[in-house]
Amino acid sequence: MSKLLTRMFFVCMALFLALPIVVIAGVALNDKKTLAFPPQGLSADWYLSVFTDAAWRSALVNSVLVAATAAAISVAIALPLAWFLWRRVAPWAQFVQVIGFSPFILPPVITALGALSFWATTGFYGQPWTIVISHGIFFVSLPLVTITLGFATIDREVIEAGMTMGADDKILMKTVIFPLIRPYVISGFAFAFVLSLNEYIVAYMTVGFTLETIPIKVFNALRYGYTPTMAAVSVFFVLVAVGVFGLVARFGDLPKLLGAWSEGDET
Amino acid sequence: MRRSPPQKPVDYLPIAFPAIMLGVFFVIPFAIMVAISVFERVQGGFYEPAFTFANYARFLTPFFGKVLAFSLGLAALVSAVCLLIGVPFTYMLTRLRRGKQVVWLIALLGVLSLSEVIIGFAWSTLLSRTAGLSNLFVWVGLMERPEAWTPGFAAVLTGLVYQAFPYTVLVLYPAFSRLDPSLMEAARTLGCSPARAFANVVLPAMRKTLLATFIIVFIFALGAYLLPQILGRPQHWTLSVLVTDQAIYQSNMPFAAAMAVFLVVASLALVGLSMAITGRKGAAGV
Repeated sequence: MSKLLTRMFFVCMALFLALPIVVIAGVALNDKKTLAFPPQGLSADWYLSVFTDAAWRSALVNSVLVAATAAAISVAIALPLAWFLWRRVAPWAQFVQVIGFSPFILPPVITALGALSFWATTGFYGQPWTIVISHGIFFVSLPLVTITLGFATIDREVIEAGMTMGADDKILMKTVIFPLIRPYVISGFAFAFVLSLNEYIVAYMTVGFTLETIPIKVFNALRYGYTPTMAAVSVFFVLVAVGVFGLVARFGDLPKLLGAWSEGDET
Repeated sequence: MRRSPPQKPVDYLPIAFPAIMLGVFFVIPFAIMVAISVFERVQGGFYEPAFTFANYARFLTPFFGKVLAFSLGLAALVSAVCLLIGVPFTYMLTRLRRGKQVVWLIALLGVLSLSEVIIGFAWSTLLSRTAGLSNLFVWVGLMERPEAWTPGFAAVLTGLVYQAFPYTVLVLYPAFSRLDPSLMEAARTLGCSPARAFANVVLPAMRKTLLATFIIVFIFALGAYLLPQILGRPQHWTLSVLVTDQAIYQSNMPFAAAMAVFLVVASLALVGLSMAITGRKGAAGV
């Protein structure tokens, strides 16, 4: 009885989470330019239009480029910071860590408005590269969490052994530490990448009028004229997110990354 | 290996880059925003240096009061609903086989990372008259003709719960997965039904976590900037929407900045409260 209830609860939640996505996936199959569901006539044209339509394709390319560079910046900031916190005793360094976490904990509109104020004041407002930096800062917390976790899993005796053999920090980093934390670095990059792809408000307040990313383009389409392409691209984004997190789970330990204690943990 | 304090100047190099990046591109922008909040707005959408609290004085208007009350009320409601569903869900999730857990976690992360634009669009389609759920109900025979359920308060609430639910589960997940299973076993051995053991043993043991999670999800819901705009009417706008609106469409940066500063203070106070409750740092796991 209670097993049945549990199962029904899970099914309900799965429906709740999946239903909006199923509907937009269906809407994008419409034959004509309409958002009817169930779709009237079947056609894969709208799915293809994400890649064939020049405007959507360029937005897609923009989004991917921004997300990849921004995620790289996030990792470039988080990795040395996490290493320093792990290697050194410096209480003040935790202050830098807290600043790294803040953009993610505070409402996003604050980071967005801060970015807008900053780029407008420095005269770079609207430059395509500003969003890359602002996103890079906005998502630092994700690789910071995963990489810090990665360092915590390193057995300090292994490092001790390396040092006794005469390795300095640089050699240790290359031969011991980095190979151990690599999966955590990659998942941090993956999290930042997917979130940057989907981010709207910071993108809008930095380059909203000069560069179209997919979320900005979907929002504009929402205001100034629906097209099933926006549904198709949304479905595509869901698949990308699920695919990336699936890979993270395949090559890493997802429950552990998300804070569960798995068997073999010491503390 | 023993951790050692940095001794030579070169030891500080690794933290220099992160500190400079965060300082220049987060702390300075933040400071500029605070400065703008006391600037004066001039004609044409610009502002000039001044030192005035006029932007903050606008908080005292009934309009702002109404938006603030609505935002806080809505965030509290979203958080409550998310916990109500999320707590039993997370508990059952952590009892699943590991493989199944991973599948659920991937799905939750997938929804969590979805753009607010996409969530808003998907729900506005799902609740619309032409493509919506009501068609399904008509087909089953529950309703006479399809209806539009958006824009409206229920649509805003549903959209926000959809967005915040995965977040709630992921915040609760570490605590529930570390919950000692023997607690439940003991209660069951002593003759409790599973539901009763959950209510009388698990929930009280998790009291602090639940309260802290409520606050964390509350802040998350407070940050929603698009869903109230896409799924609601102007009276359903929240503080975050208002900040965007003032900054972009009304070109009133000083007032937008003042409201943002207010949001920061409110959020920080809440974060502090949640830390005080759990007595540890970093309650937000994601």
